[in-house]
Order: sequence, then structure tokens, then C-alpha cells
Amino acid sequence: MTEVTESLGWWGLPIAILAGAIRASTPFLLVSLGECITEKSGRINLGLEGVLMMGAMAGYGASLYTGSAWLGVLAAGVVGAALGLLHGILCSLKRVNDIAIGISFMLLGTGLAFFLGKSLIQPQAPTLSSIPFGFWSDSPQIQSALQINPLFLLGIVLAVLLHFAFLRTRWGLRIRIVGDSEDAARAMGFRVVPTRIMATVFGGFLAGVGGSFLSLYYPGSWSEGLSSGQGIMAVALVIFARWEPLRCLWASLLFGAAGALGPAFQAMGLTSGFYLLNALPYVLTLVILILTTAPNRKISGAPGELSLVRQ
Amino acid sequence: MYAGIKRFLLPIAEPVLVPTGAVLVAMLLFAGFIALVGQSPPEVFWILYQGGFGSSFSLQNTLVLASPLILTGLAVAIPAQAGMVIIGGEGALAVGALLAAVAGYALHDTAPFIVQLGMLTVGALTGALWFGLSGWLRNYRGVNETISSLLLSYMGIALLNYCIQGPLRDPASTNNPSTRPIGDANMIGNIPGLDVHYGLIIGIVCALIAWFVLKFTTIGLALRAVGGNPRAAQMAGLRVNIWVVGAAAMGGAAAGLSGAIEVAAVHGDANSAIVAGYGFTGILVAFIARQNPLAVIPVAILFGGIDAAGSLLQRRLDMPDATVIVFQGILFVVILASDTFLGRFRFFKPGAASEPKPGTAGAKS
Repeated sequence: MTEVTESLGWWGLPIAILAGAIRASTPFLLVSLGECITEKSGRINLGLEGVLMMGAMAGYGASLYTGSAWLGVLAAGVVGAALGLLHGILCSLKRVNDIAIGISFMLLGTGLAFFLGKSLIQPQAPTLSSIPFGFWSDSPQIQSALQINPLFLLGIVLAVLLHFAFLRTRWGLRIRIVGDSEDAARAMGFRVVPTRIMATVFGGFLAGVGGSFLSLYYPGSWSEGLSSGQGIMAVALVIFARWEPLRCLWASLLFGAAGALGPAFQAMGLTSGFYLLNALPYVLTLVILILTTAPNRKISGAPGELSLVRQ
Repeated sequence: MYAGIKRFLLPIAEPVLVPTGAVLVAMLLFAGFIALVGQSPPEVFWILYQGGFGSSFSLQNTLVLASPLILTGLAVAIPAQAGMVIIGGEGALAVGALLAAVAGYALHDTAPFIVQLGMLTVGALTGALWFGLSGWLRNYRGVNETISSLLLSYMGIALLNYCIQGPLRDPASTNNPSTRPIGDANMIGNIPGLDVHYGLIIGIVCALIAWFVLKFTTIGLALRAVGGNPRAAQMAGLRVNIWVVGAAAMGGAAAGLSGAIEVAAVHGDANSAIVAGYGFTGILVAFIARQNPLAVIPVAILFGGIDAAGSLLQRRLDMPDATVIVFQGILFVVILASDTFLGRFRFFKPGAASEPKPGTAGAKS
């Protein structure tokens, strides 16, 4: 990114931000799509921050031992799905609160990832390589800015697929009905608890894959400070996107751009407000939440059974 | 006579026995985890005990760590009475510590008592403002308080880091950026005869006051009414908005106070080491204490002990420092899951209907 900004002058800034936005939005996109499915079924998984860390750790470890970054991505997804399954089952117990269980998973996932990842801090595992979409340009700056990571493309495909799946498929209908009204779902013969568990497993899988992006693409190594709240911001992002997969895509890009501002300015030599710019994604998330929600009325598009938006 | 004892003991027995069983299950799971990674579970548990409670030295160390945990536990438990799940204690602690350090430096030429009182007041007020915002947003904008408090927590930590690296940095602090020191003479001292600072007493007194107010005054009754059913509380003439924002602010005051105490009694200035995870462990403390301010005290001491034992585990067995987080995480999950058994055993019911617990009655999927 430094070279981009140096040779293109001030024009380098928007390009650097775009490249940074695509890169930084990828974990948001994957986690928010997963959480979108979970929330549409009427449950909330606040523990995705922990799942993200476990995914990052497991993905890095698997990539190191198998020598294949893609096997790492798969392993991260499987670990995430397993945590999602546990979350889904525990929340199906009577009197167990999904928000509280989510908080406990945040803690447990982070702790486990730190513990098991202790030996992964030093070695360098194979990472995911990017796809050069800038081949048409002569400018090396544009070429380097258009190095798109494959997981982002996967996220776009998934967002479109989910959009149609919710509208047109039996599975999509089932998840929506279970999320909107338990009674209606029972009347239609859908089983509520298994549907919610499956939706949470799927959400966990995608959150795990989102975590593997952090350790296998950018920053591309395992460390304990890898995630800075992306898991929890993605939960807020789903509310902003009003539970629409395609809106999750745009919202993720917006969040990614906010996250890319700090490093982009830093690359241009503006370091004084660096720590404040780092807080920008959190401020943006909160402002967006304030603008999207309203007192005493349901947010349009919100699943009826979701405890998060029920007052 | 026997029937009388049974009537008195059985209702208490369930909320005590079910979590105790959960702790045993969690210990078994943790033992399994320890065995899986190739260590000896009995040895790990023995070191946990030794490091936390085994000697007067480790016990005093435990109490020093427990003192902020009591306050960060209250930061979760007090808003929970009004039905809120606020978990941003770490950030409120950070901004409380930051502004308390600024106040301490500004007052450092006056008497130590004034410096300390000023710091504690400023810390508590800052924390109250930080959490109060979450409560306000929940009531006036319908923003989920759990998420907003967590976001505000990240912002508070970023603000602390910005200020100690930039505008509030002491030019003399080169290696470890920090604010200007409040001065050794102004530090809060130790309890006579112990190596534990007065912050512990402040924490315990706060917990006792919170317990008394919630249990024996109309304030507690009003809060429970607001937490149990806001609409009914409104009908009964309570101004729900004020109660919700107030409960959040009181929780924030506790977290901000813990930050101020960390500066005034331990660090002497605000630096990045202030953010040590007390806010997050406080969530655990409050949930395991079932949001009861009185129960927060022993649970905080227990978790202070587990935290204190972490370094011994690292030294003796070369285990990662995250070992204790894993143990705490397992404990947390199992205890929350054990809620499902409450009210299911007929044995515990001497006929009277059980009272719903605050916090668990709020949001339910």
C-alpha cells in the first residue's frame, strides 16, 4: 500500500482505501452472512468473536501441518461449525439465554485459541494467494491494489446465493418462518429447534472461515491480537443490513473502508491521530446502529422471534 | 421442627446446589482438557489452589486481584437488576482510569486525601457517563445495550491508548507511555498489617451498599419491577427511562471507580497495562454470582485466586497464561447451561412458587 500512495500522490488515497476496504471487509462479510442466517432463524450468536479467533487459530494450524492453506480454511470452518453446534444445542435448553451463552463463548473461544495457538506464533504457514485482477493495467500501483483475495469473491457469491435461497428455496422459507413465528412454523410442520441449531452451525462455519482469512491472508499470521472486535461488529452490521444478505455485502465494504482509513493515512505519513482513527469502525458501527434503530417500533425486516430487537 | 428447617433450607439449597454441581462438572471437563494436552489434572488443580489460596502471600495477591473484580462484577450486576446485559466494563475502567489520572495530576499539590477523593469521584463519574450512554441509547433509541456497551468499550480503550501516546503523555515516560504520575505521597496505601490496598475495602463496601439498597429499599423493588416488566412498571407510575439510565450509570460508576483505584493504588499513572481484562472477568463474576451483589464478593475472590494462580502455572508447568482463561470459560458456559436445571427438581419445592431471577427473566429466545 505504501508504494501505491507514494507514486500516485493524493490519488493514491482513494485507491489505497478501496484496496484496503476490500481486504478489511472480507472477515466482516463472511461473519455477517453467517450471523444473518443464524439471526433469521430467531437466534443470536454473540460468541462469534470467540469463533473467529478459534477459526483463525485452527486455520493457521491446519495450514501449517497439511501444507495447504485451503485445507486450513476448511478446518477453520469445521471448528467454527462445531462451536456453532454447541451454541445451538445449549441455547435450545429451557431457560438458557442465548445472549449470555454468546458472551461465555466469546471468552471460551478466545481463551482456547490463545491456549492452543501458543506454539503457532513463531512458524510460518502457507497462506492464501490472491487473484490478480489488475492485469489489464500497466500501472503497478493499480495492479497491486487489485490483488483480490479469493475469500472475498467467495463471500460475494455466497451473498447472492443466500439472497435467492431466502426468497426461493424451501430451506430459506423454513428459516424465515422459524425466525418470524414459532407458532406459524409449528403450524406448517417445520421443526423449530433443529432448524435453529442448523442455522447456528452454518453461522459458526462462516465465522470460522472469516477467522481463517485473518490468519491466512491478512495479516497472514497467527497472533493473539489478531481480531479487534470484528466478530461483534459483524453482529451489529447484520442489524444495519436489516437481515438482507446483499445489504450485508455493501455494509461490509463500508465497514472495511472505515477500517482501512487508519492504515491508509498512516501510510501517507499522517500518524498523529492513528489511535483515534483506529476507533473509527466502532464509532461508525454505533452511529449506524443509532440511525437504524428506533424506540417503540420494530426495525423493518427484523425476525419476529429475535430477542435482540424485542423490547 | 424438621419441617421448619426444611422449609427454610430448601429454597436456598437449589440456587446453591445446582451451581455447585455445575462447578464440579466444569472441573471435570477442564481436567479432561488438561489430560488431553498431556498434563496431570491433579497437579494443575493443586497449583491452582497453591497459587490462589495456598499461602498468606498468595492469598494477599489474590485479594489484590479480587478488588477490581468486585467492582467490575457490580458493573454487570447492577444494570442486570433493571433487565440489562451491559458488558463494556473494560472500556469504562479504561476511561475512568484515564480521567482519574488526569485529576490526580491536577490535584497533586494538595493534600493526599483530596487527591484520592478527587480521583475516585472523577473515575466514578466518567464510568457512569460511559455506561449511562448505553442505557440512554437503549431506552431512547432502542439500540441493544449489550452491543453498544461492547462498542463503547473498544472506543474507551482506543481513547486511553490515544491519550497516553499523544496529548496526555508524560514526556518522561519513554519505554512505557503513560500519563504524568500522581506522586508517591498521594497513592492509596495498604490495609494495616496486609499487603493489600484499601481498594478491597472500597469494593466490599460498594457491594454491601448495592446489596442493601437492592434488597431492603424501594429502589431495589422499583428496579426489579422495571427489569421484570417495563410496561407494567410504567403503568404503576415508575419513570422507566430514568431507572434504566440510572441503573446503567451506577454500574458504570463501579467500573470507573475500579479504574481510578487501579491508578491510585497500583500504577500511580494511567498506562496501557490498566487494560488487563478485569472488565471481562467481571462479566463472569456477575453471571456466576447470579447478579447478586453480595455473592459478587466471594466469586470475585475465587476468580482473583484463579487469575493469581495463572503465573504459577506458567512457571511450574510451562503452561500458557491462557490456561486460566480456558478454565474460566468452561466454568462460565457450564454454569449458564446449568440454569436449565433450576426449577426442574420437585425435591427442592416445598410448595411455594419460586421467584424469577433478575437478568434471566429479560431476554429469552
